[in-house]
Amino acid sequence: MIKLVGVDRHFQVGDQLVRALDGIDLTIQNGEYVSIMGPSGSGKSTLLNMLGLLDRPTAGHYYLDDKDTSLLSEMELATTRGEQIGFVFQVFHLVPRLTAEENVELPMVLGGLKPALRRKRVARALADMGLSDRAHHRPDQLSGGQRQRVAIARATVMEPSVLLADEPTGNLDSTSGLDVIEVLESLNAKGLSLLVVTHDPEVGSRAARRIKMMDGRIVADDGVAQ
Amino acid sequence: MRPADTFWLSGSALLRYPLRTGMMLLATAIGVAAVIILTGLGEGARRFVTGEFASLGTHLVIVIPGRTETTGGGPALLAGETPRDLTLADAIALKRSTAVAKIAPIVLGSASASWGGLEREVPVLGSTTALLEIRHWQMEEGKFIPDSDPSRATSVVVIGGKVRDEIFGPESAIGKWLRLGDRRFRVIGVLATEGRAIGLDVQELVVIPVASAQALFNSPSLFRIIVSARSRDAMSRATEDIRTIITERHRGEEDVTVITQDAVLQTFDTIFAALTMTLAGIASISLAVAGVLIMNVMLVAVAQRTSEIGLLKALGGSARQITRIFLTEAALLSLFGGVIGLGLGFAGVWLIKRIYPAFPASAPYWAVIAALVIAVGSGIAFGILPARRAARLDPVDALAGK
Repeated sequence: MIKLVGVDRHFQVGDQLVRALDGIDLTIQNGEYVSIMGPSGSGKSTLLNMLGLLDRPTAGHYYLDDKDTSLLSEMELATTRGEQIGFVFQVFHLVPRLTAEENVELPMVLGGLKPALRRKRVARALADMGLSDRAHHRPDQLSGGQRQRVAIARATVMEPSVLLADEPTGNLDSTSGLDVIEVLESLNAKGLSLLVVTHDPEVGSRAARRIKMMDGRIVADDGVAQ
Repeated sequence: MRPADTFWLSGSALLRYPLRTGMMLLATAIGVAAVIILTGLGEGARRFVTGEFASLGTHLVIVIPGRTETTGGGPALLAGETPRDLTLADAIALKRSTAVAKIAPIVLGSASASWGGLEREVPVLGSTTALLEIRHWQMEEGKFIPDSDPSRATSVVVIGGKVRDEIFGPESAIGKWLRLGDRRFRVIGVLATEGRAIGLDVQELVVIPVASAQALFNSPSLFRIIVSARSRDAMSRATEDIRTIITERHRGEEDVTVITQDAVLQTFDTIFAALTMTLAGIASISLAVAGVLIMNVMLVAVAQRTSEIGLLKALGGSARQITRIFLTEAALLSLFGGVIGLGLGFAGVWLIKRIYPAFPASAPYWAVIAALVIAVGSGIAFGILPARRAARLDPVDALAGK
């Protein structure tokens, strides 16, 4: 479960204070499907980074599974990211020199898992994404949709509880974009919390719970009633 | 993270940029090769000089007439005075010391040697049978000066190979009568040894009994006396005894200089060891330069791979892991560069030995180890800054490539 209480994130740009997040209160239950929409600069990416423990709040508290993350050390944050959170990026962020298989293996390498276990999980993750025959291809030998599916395999291979997707369809044509969204939704159907940040209303409207942001604040949230 | 995986991640990054990796390997390799070759030359010089000295014989004490000391006289006296000659009787008297094993009194001069119609000016060395052993000379044919009373002037001569070739040509020299100055000597042996003794080419030398040489040059004084002590430990006692005996015989005046082979050898050894160290130091500067280059290129690599570093952080990589990955990269670079440099260095030393076979160039083992350790050490030391910079990147900025 994710719980943000009074979270601010302020940046100093020149002599101007930018309030990227301004008093965010947000609770997301396990297994929810949430879309976060809003114009550029509304703070939605900052919110996602915050949820992914890549960024720390200037003020307020972030509880992940009832644990206050502001008390965690850099090392503990890294471990938590590796074990509980999966990232899917707009630009895929695959390591170009590594094959699809090796890219998927990367989080487990960082996590220090045994090679035998890693091989098994990589094979399964790639098979789930329908990419078994692409295991030994490097990213530049894959299509955009295939790259994003490799990235999703990588994001899920550590069996996280939350999947954070930042414009996952932003660099894809509509067919492969839909394909990727369906893959993400199927993962959500298996119980994984899914948060998608998007510009695209068509993608955003598919989510069960839709959050709209503006100037660092949540202006609409159809799951807030609960 | 498992060590093997760290190597794999770092290694794959190195293979991705072959030109850059190659350049850094080359820089380190040149540094290590420079250390190996320069110390090889220094060590070669040391071995060459000590070898030359060792060929003069071991545990030797040399007695030279005159005493090296600064006296109140004019500049001409600075080199020492010779108030009294060193004589054959002095040399024989040295046998009284129990620390002395053998003595070889030396008389040196030059005379014209002739046989048949051929005549040649040759350096003539007068000595005793002990000289052969003291100097470790080898005979090519015949015998050396016989072991008889040193004060008896027998008319026999032992000649160097070159003298034989130039005077007797292809004919056998043994048994021939060689004229030296106004005397005739029967050739009884030919020396096989090559090299130098007292600054003279052994091959160009003729050796006659010491008493014969005194008669030939009409002078009782010895050029010097070479004494071999019974053992290395007996050397200091031999030196003392020699001083005492000579002083006693020269009416209380210590008018000889006694040099031990060891002292001279030790001095040269120290000088050349210092020289080798200096060369190693100079060569290590190139290793430091290679280290700086590694740092430079690693900083570029960190800048180029910013988004990859951000990704590693997003995937659960801690600052410590990222530091380790980049340090491993630097260490691998310097290690492989060092190994290549060892290869180049040994090849260079081998080449030097091929070109100058007489020069015993050889990199000392400490230099080989030091070169590798310094190479890897400087690689890691200079890798710390880039690795830290990578580890400290803000993950959000890094992912955005900022």
